[in-house]
Amino acid sequence: MRRNRRQRAPAPAPVGPGATRRTRPGARQWLRTQARLHAQVLLASLGRLYRTPFSSLMTVAVIAIALALPSGLLVLLDNLQRLNAGWEGTTSISLFLQQSVSDARADRLADELRDWPRIDTVRVLHRDQALAEFRELSGFGEALDALNENPLPSVLIVQPAAAPTQPDQPIAALVDELGRLPDVELAQLDLQWLQRFSAMMDIGRRGVLVVGALLGLAVLLIVGNTIRLDIHNRREEIEVCKLIGGTDAFIRRPFLYGGLWYGLLGALLAWLLVAVGLWLLDAPVRRLAGLYDSSFLLGGPALGGVGLLLAAGVILGLTGSWLAVGRHLRAIEPT
Amino acid sequence: MIRFENVSKRYPGGFEALSALNFHLPRGQMAFLTGHSGAGKSTLLKLITLIERADQGQIFIDGQNLARVRRRGTPFLRRRIGMIFQNHRLLFDRTVFDNVALPLVISGYSTDEIGRRVRAALDKVGLLGKERVYPITLSGGEQQRVGIARAVVNKPMLLLADEPTGNLDPDLSREIMRLFAQFNQVGVTVLIASHNLDLITHMHYPILRLDHGRLTETGGIPSA
Repeated sequence: MRRNRRQRAPAPAPVGPGATRRTRPGARQWLRTQARLHAQVLLASLGRLYRTPFSSLMTVAVIAIALALPSGLLVLLDNLQRLNAGWEGTTSISLFLQQSVSDARADRLADELRDWPRIDTVRVLHRDQALAEFRELSGFGEALDALNENPLPSVLIVQPAAAPTQPDQPIAALVDELGRLPDVELAQLDLQWLQRFSAMMDIGRRGVLVVGALLGLAVLLIVGNTIRLDIHNRREEIEVCKLIGGTDAFIRRPFLYGGLWYGLLGALLAWLLVAVGLWLLDAPVRRLAGLYDSSFLLGGPALGGVGLLLAAGVILGLTGSWLAVGRHLRAIEPT
Repeated sequence: MIRFENVSKRYPGGFEALSALNFHLPRGQMAFLTGHSGAGKSTLLKLITLIERADQGQIFIDGQNLARVRRRGTPFLRRRIGMIFQNHRLLFDRTVFDNVALPLVISGYSTDEIGRRVRAALDKVGLLGKERVYPITLSGGEQQRVGIARAVVNKPMLLLADEPTGNLDPDLSREIMRLFAQFNQVGVTVLIASHNLDLITHMHYPILRLDHGRLTETGGIPSA
């Protein structure tokens, strides 16, 4: 209410031929004038950065480093996530059959399962083979000799199809279904380490979020401080503008656009830094992937990610300068 | 145009800069404001432009009560007043053209209109050839004329000048005063603060004299 009254308060009655004409412009012309003014100030504030290249570049570089760190970490996390997804496809399911199931039944079941679209391959481990393998790997050979009969069941090692034909049906559903087959005692997916890995990824993501928030705050402060200095240096100009009728919005505008440019240029440079970092990592990652017989390639940030980075830069720049302008511009009054 | 009704201004600390001023400067009138240093000349001009606000009394500019003008409205009042300062207050990182254009840019005129008006204003003060020059390369008198061009480019209803000839030699000072007289002849109300009595007593305009914050002489200007 009070705010409303304040906005209506000035009711300026401009004089002079030009001013009188400007009180009755079409909305369209008003918009065009505003757009032109904003474009002019936008370019002028870029030009101002260009005229002090060294200090501008320093500020932009600091912002870029602060933005590049969380962005780069996020890109790395995304890559790890992709790697993880790849592993999920190669995970096998162990089907422990009932003790009573004969080797022949096990082979038949394996043949049936091979026809399932969601299953790639099935390897059969007969009871004798299982015993031999266990004897070899466990070192309990003598203890096993003491038993009258083979305690181990036959095992089918099922490799799910890599291509997720039904992406909404995760691998767990398949495991569940296999576990309900009458001959199957237990279906086990070696998920544990995948879950651990996923939990670690969550911690990493949360950590990046915290670091990102802190560095975002740093960008805010850097831009705020730079704009504060800028305001200080242009004190005379601000006073003169106020004396000859510049509104707060008019005086604020170049500083806000200055902050916007700092943020945007910082974000662009951050993108470049991330790209260079990925390029430096690319060859070693290829070599490592080759050693694991994997065709894994380091991926860059997605288009959406780049957009997010640029938007973050712009928003942080604008907010930082807004805070500085709000605090310091009002304090400068002509005397 | 300028009406002071019983206006007082006291600065923090108790110093009373102006006490109980009453006068009315009619539209289209030109007048001088004089007095010793610290008599309150600058304070009076600052009250008109809302750089300072009166503690008592009421000030009307073109019928508008300044007490009713809030912070947001101040810029729009100042756009109707051309101000000239002793030290010019030009921006030295901008050309003469850009300095003079500033009030028009603030008011949102189109580029064509700005070019036309700036050249007209520079023509009036005799500096048409100096558009692209930086103010630092100009003489004191020329700088002051750039300041005047900036003050009149918006076609204000009222011109206020605070010691406009303070740094100029007598010949240049007379030239500047003649310029003000020319603007007055086309209908602009002009109020010039100056302690250069030699100069202003020869110009046959009413003189308001301040002495320790009181109006001691009005030179025929009616009291409000």
